[in-house]
Amino acid sequence: MRDPLFEFLLRQGDNTLILSHRISEWCGHAPVVEEDIALANIALDLLGQTQMWLGLAGEVEGMGRSSDDLAMLRDAWDFRNAILVERPNGHFGQTMMRQFLFDAYHVELLSELVNSSDARIAAIAAKSLKEVEYHVERSATTIIALGDGTQESHARMQAALDNQWTFAGELFETDAGDETLNETGIAPLPSSLRSRFDARAKAILGAATLAIPETSFAHSGGRSGKQHSEHLGHLLTQMQWLQRAYPGATW
Amino acid sequence: MVAHPDIETVWQWLDEVPDPEIPVISLVDLGIVRDVAYSGNVLSVTLSPTYSGCPATRVIEQDVRNALGAHGVEQLVINQQISPPWTTDWMSEKGKTKLREYGIAAPSAKGQPEACPLCSANGVSLVSQFGSTPCKAHWRCDTCHESFDYFKCI
Ligand SMILES: [Zn+2]
Repeated sequence: MRDPLFEFLLRQGDNTLILSHRISEWCGHAPVVEEDIALANIALDLLGQTQMWLGLAGEVEGMGRSSDDLAMLRDAWDFRNAILVERPNGHFGQTMMRQFLFDAYHVELLSELVNSSDARIAAIAAKSLKEVEYHVERSATTIIALGDGTQESHARMQAALDNQWTFAGELFETDAGDETLNETGIAPLPSSLRSRFDARAKAILGAATLAIPETSFAHSGGRSGKQHSEHLGHLLTQMQWLQRAYPGATW
Repeated sequence: MVAHPDIETVWQWLDEVPDPEIPVISLVDLGIVRDVAYSGNVLSVTLSPTYSGCPATRVIEQDVRNALGAHGVEQLVINQQISPPWTTDWMSEKGKTKLREYGIAAPSAKGQPEACPLCSANGVSLVSQFGSTPCKAHWRCDTCHESFDYFKCI
């Protein structure tokens, strides 16, 4: 079995990296300039957080891999992000729904990690949390505005929620490695974050006049690396292209 | 042993290095210089990033290197420290005044601009919590109707 700490750090860094890349695809294409700027800034925050998580992952692994090596030179099966974040952007409302589901989980996770028994993890979490509090404020506000908007925007947001809700469950999946990290106070059990996530989702989606799908089904396979969706490979093809074509290229 | 410039002097030099994105304030005004110390003859300067993905972080390191190099500092180590995380509470009063004069509303404990930095009216509205750089939000004045940057609290 792989070192649970390394696995945990990859999961953090891969979630932020892949979501950062996805939302950066909106740069120059968002419906209004303010949203364009906001998405680019959030992508940047997530990329900065990725550098910290993957930097620490490389340190813990002890094989001399940098955060850049881990980001640019691994193939799809070595990524540990949840499937939710690798899914295509769809329309703007779909992107914002995915963002809200991730932010609502992310803010609860970081709020626990600031108390991690591993000081390096606590420091990264404290730095990230300040940024993510702004992320969730914005995605929640946008979800409410679009859900409780026009008939058209409401219908599209409901469809976006129906389409993505079953991908959020994977964020709370808990395995033996998580149990080990929880025992030593390094990280909370992902499953323990679910009730606070649900409470926020209920409040915000309720205010957005959207109905949460009545299903407990959850897609799985991203955080274990066993079965990513076909979308991840396409994303990596674009993200890693330069390092693959010109190995070792630097700015 | 070669005499080296004292710590106080180094702080003054750093207070002359402009923030690359908001050049009216210095790195010291911004509150990102956490420590200046000597270990033997090696000067170490500890910086904290504002936002984790701030693209200016590397530029700032280079600016510090150039500025201290110009004052004859040859042995320099720059450390990045993320804990405790940088907060707008570390900005200097001098820096906040300069921000306002430049047309950027300074961070305020209220969590929103105290007043329009252009016409000083009190009524202001949020356009977006995300502005032209990671550290700023986008607001609009209800009186002069101009939009302006607000250095948001973190
Ligand atoms: Zn005004």
